[in-house]
Amino acid sequence: MTTAATPVRKATPPSAPAAGARVKRPGLGKRLELALLLGPALLVFVGFVLVPIGIAGFYSLFKWNGFGPLDDFIGFDNYVDAFSGTVFQGAIVHNLIIAGLSIVVQLPLSIGLAMLLNRKLRGRAVLRALVFAPYVLSEAITAVIWVLMLQPGGFADQVLKGAGLGGLVHQWLADPGIVLYTLFAVITWKYVGFGIILLLAGLQGVPAELREAAALDGASAWQTTRHVVLPLLGPTIRIWIFLSVIGSLQLFDVVWIMTLGGPANASTTMATYLVDHGFKRYEFGFGSAVAVILFVICFVFALLYQRFALRRDTEGALTRMVG
Amino acid sequence: MFVKRRIPVLAALVAIVPLALSACSGGSDTPAQPSGPVTLTWWHNGTTDPIKSIWEKVVADYHQAHPDVTLKAQPLQNEDFPTKVPLALQGAQPPDVYQSWGAGELASQVTSGKLADITDATKPWISGTGKFAESWQVDGKQYGVPFEQHFVGFWYRKDLFQQAGITTPPKTMDELNAAVTQLKAKNIAPISVGGKDRWPDAFYFNYFAVRECSADVLKQSVKAVKLEDPCWTKAGQDLKSFLATQPFQTGFAGTPAQQGAGSSAGLVANGKAAMELQGDWEPGTMSALTDDKQLDSKIGWFPFPSVAGGRGDPAAVLGGGDGFACTSRASKACADFLQYLNTEPVQTQLAAKGAGLPVNSAAAKSLKTDTLKQVYDYGVKAPYLQMYFDKAFPTAVGAALNDAVANMFAGQGTPEGIVAAVNQAAAGNK
Repeated sequence: MTTAATPVRKATPPSAPAAGARVKRPGLGKRLELALLLGPALLVFVGFVLVPIGIAGFYSLFKWNGFGPLDDFIGFDNYVDAFSGTVFQGAIVHNLIIAGLSIVVQLPLSIGLAMLLNRKLRGRAVLRALVFAPYVLSEAITAVIWVLMLQPGGFADQVLKGAGLGGLVHQWLADPGIVLYTLFAVITWKYVGFGIILLLAGLQGVPAELREAAALDGASAWQTTRHVVLPLLGPTIRIWIFLSVIGSLQLFDVVWIMTLGGPANASTTMATYLVDHGFKRYEFGFGSAVAVILFVICFVFALLYQRFALRRDTEGALTRMVG
Repeated sequence: MFVKRRIPVLAALVAIVPLALSACSGGSDTPAQPSGPVTLTWWHNGTTDPIKSIWEKVVADYHQAHPDVTLKAQPLQNEDFPTKVPLALQGAQPPDVYQSWGAGELASQVTSGKLADITDATKPWISGTGKFAESWQVDGKQYGVPFEQHFVGFWYRKDLFQQAGITTPPKTMDELNAAVTQLKAKNIAPISVGGKDRWPDAFYFNYFAVRECSADVLKQSVKAVKLEDPCWTKAGQDLKSFLATQPFQTGFAGTPAQQGAGSSAGLVANGKAAMELQGDWEPGTMSALTDDKQLDSKIGWFPFPSVAGGRGDPAAVLGGGDGFACTSRASKACADFLQYLNTEPVQTQLAAKGAGLPVNSAAAKSLKTDTLKQVYDYGVKAPYLQMYFDKAFPTAVGAALNDAVANMFAGQGTPEGIVAAVNQAAAGNK
């Protein structure tokens, strides 16, 4: 019985390196260490992320006001209700508009400003700090500040009038046709600094030799930017887009404080819709369904983006099993 | 917009965990009625003066008079109640006494099985607690008691009215419309409204309904959670024609009701608008938003005008109340405590310090200003009282009503649409 096995084993070169050796199962000590170090975090993750997601999924199948027993099983009716309601449809559209605008407006703005701030210029440190300052404020404070500045006859209107642009004065938060773009402007004000910091870090990673080489080859500043700097910023830009879209899909605080999703639902997002129905109307089953929808949308986007856009960047960076 | 943490989703999810965990520990345990020393956990919304210090004094006084009862007061922001109360009522240890606005919301909370039926304990004295006390009943059982009542009407600036040549406060819609025209002619914003918060918009629809519908129709509609009588559509049409006169300040759809000098209350407080349809809490709200120490003498009050041809009583009043509900752990002690809150000394303090309109009539004479006395008299003498509909209806239906009205304020929607929105929400549709 054992005779057949022996030659085979001999056929394997004893010095066969790496691959096999690295996937060797960790020893008891190592495993204990892993459990010890990973355990608490894993427990918290399971308890506060996975379990609640599961519970939300469960609640979403009931008509439930948050009190008393779960005895009104309605299957997927909550999901059907959500998708067939015009307010929720509008909310999804609003989230997508914000996500799209982020990429089209904030990204070029951030790249431009980052490149400016990457140059050697007087007071660069101060400028960088100024641009980054709004990001340090909490969303709640940002929203309250802007509510005050944007009220009719407020600071924003006065500045416009002072600059001779009185014709641009609008009902920033009261006009259903404008309110979403007003909110986008506030969000941009807050987050463009973060984008710039990310991109500045990315720019530091562009080797000076490459720029010099391009210059020696007679490339113009624009050509250097287009063919050397931007491609090397690629990984940073892709990460930025990822964070930006996920953030846009979950947009909540600024909208909730500034408009409560109004007027006439013109700035409702999926998250404000969720809180409005879950907590303000005691529709916890329905709110759970909306939460699950929001989660699935974000999750699917994250998976697809990782698979198709981020794969190149993360290849090789993924940690292998500790050996 | 980038690294926004997953707050909404996770917060909602995380918030639900305790629900699930506590669901196992059951809510069916029979209420133990402790004899001997008892501690009452008390959730109230008195986070700011004057009511904050009044409740602090109540805690001390009550313990002194009842050494067996210790009150553990926990002031919470108003906005925290919709989230914390449901979670607590699912939990094993809900507060013993908590702020409740009665009616539809209370009815939802009763389904938790944690609330105490205090009908018997309150029977001897409940009749002395104002006209809105019924709103703390669900299916004929008393679950809470109001300590303040509220009436809604128009607050106006006497100085701006004078400036526009308006000599007497409007009594009919025609007179109100005329006043709006006169104020506009003087370049004064006639009426301010906090459209961002939606509920101030709803006051208008509510009042038009109270004027258009007979008391019987109102009662029946609230009970059935169904708007069938044509008077509801008529109320929506009244609102639509009123909106067409453009009586409100610029950008009203984005204006908050009570926050900052640019809020609807702030605009009246600072003389930027002449009127606002608000509850009796308005003077207190306004005084915090202006430096004007003479404000009280500059503002007056008049009831919502009569509507020509309406079947509702022109003297009927819209309002509600602030109260507390009891959970079952120590319901006897809780009911006794609520009775104390309705005694003359406590009620007199509430009235005298401008915290609200007392439910104990003996305290009414201590009200801070003559205007508040006027509001109080009007309210208690009213032939019919209607609880704000967003509170009277189940929570989801009330919110749908407020939304539909706010949409009309923002230039979208129809009178029929408001009625349809309510009926749809009552049927459980989005």
